[in-house]
Amino acid sequence: MIDIDTFTPHTVYTIYIVATPEQVWQALTTAEFSRKYFSGFAVEVEERIGGRFVLRAPDGSEHIGGEVLACDRPKRLSLTFNVNWPGLVEALGQTLVTYEIEPAGDAVRLTMTESGERPIDEDIRSGGATGWPAILSSLKSLLETGAAPTIKLETPAKMLAALKRLGVKLPG
Amino acid sequence: MRKPDFVYVIYIQTTPEKLWNALIDPEMTKEYWWRHRNRSDWKPGSAWSHENYDDANKVDVVGTVIESDPPRRMVLTWANPDQASDPSKVSRVTFDLHPLEHEVRLTVTHDETYPEMLSAISTGWPAVLSNLKTMLETGSAMPMARERRPLK
Repeated sequence: MIDIDTFTPHTVYTIYIVATPEQVWQALTTAEFSRKYFSGFAVEVEERIGGRFVLRAPDGSEHIGGEVLACDRPKRLSLTFNVNWPGLVEALGQTLVTYEIEPAGDAVRLTMTESGERPIDEDIRSGGATGWPAILSSLKSLLETGAAPTIKLETPAKMLAALKRLGVKLPG
Repeated sequence: MRKPDFVYVIYIQTTPEKLWNALIDPEMTKEYWWRHRNRSDWKPGSAWSHENYDDANKVDVVGTVIESDPPRRMVLTWANPDQASDPSKVSRVTFDLHPLEHEVRLTVTHDETYPEMLSAISTGWPAVLSNLKTMLETGSAMPMARERRPLK
């Protein structure tokens, strides 16, 4: 079993959303919502410790895979969150994502923390650091307005270059 | 290059002009920034202050406009009024507004802070900017933000 406490946080993003904790939990854990705010990607989570987590690309392939390490609906969810590129986990160690949902006045505060089993360099960190604000801004819009903008994102070239140097096989 | 102390990015479905106006128009800031106004003529070199909307004697932040390039980029110094003469307590805030097809990417960089200030602004910016997004996208800010008591 993976020990969450041994991971070091490297990216934290907090956003306030006019919604209930249960609505935010649903948006984070179901494909029906995630396809709208996560560029067409489908989230699948078995909501139990040891359960499987998959983020499926629009073509059906598994883009990110992992395991549920903590699950306390609708407050806290921790997942290993490893992009499915050959050699990536060997090069970087495991990645962990934790969502914390707390009531805050008439809204909720959602805090996403991405942690690494090993320290990662700034170029590699830039992938999550640019992706999370777009994804979670879009999730907020979806819950507050009923529609999510599709934010066009490009994977940072410096991240891809850094992964390539580490021997990770990139798709395409 | 040294990493800045604090960076927050948020995507807002609006135009750069509306977003710029929302940062400086007191009728807008009072709705999403806990009933405060930002007072200045917004020219480089001018003073600015972050004040209670209903009582201008209550000033929470003072500073100088370093850069003002509407609707793209604004740089301000940022200090508590009773520490504004101590250079080590004067921080710097940069607003970058980057237009995309259907939204604007707003990046707020708060640098040259000290520990107490970093702690306060790290809590404050996500709440203020989440509210700003809600106001511009739905027409009204979160109900809690109209009161003067910030989130803990």
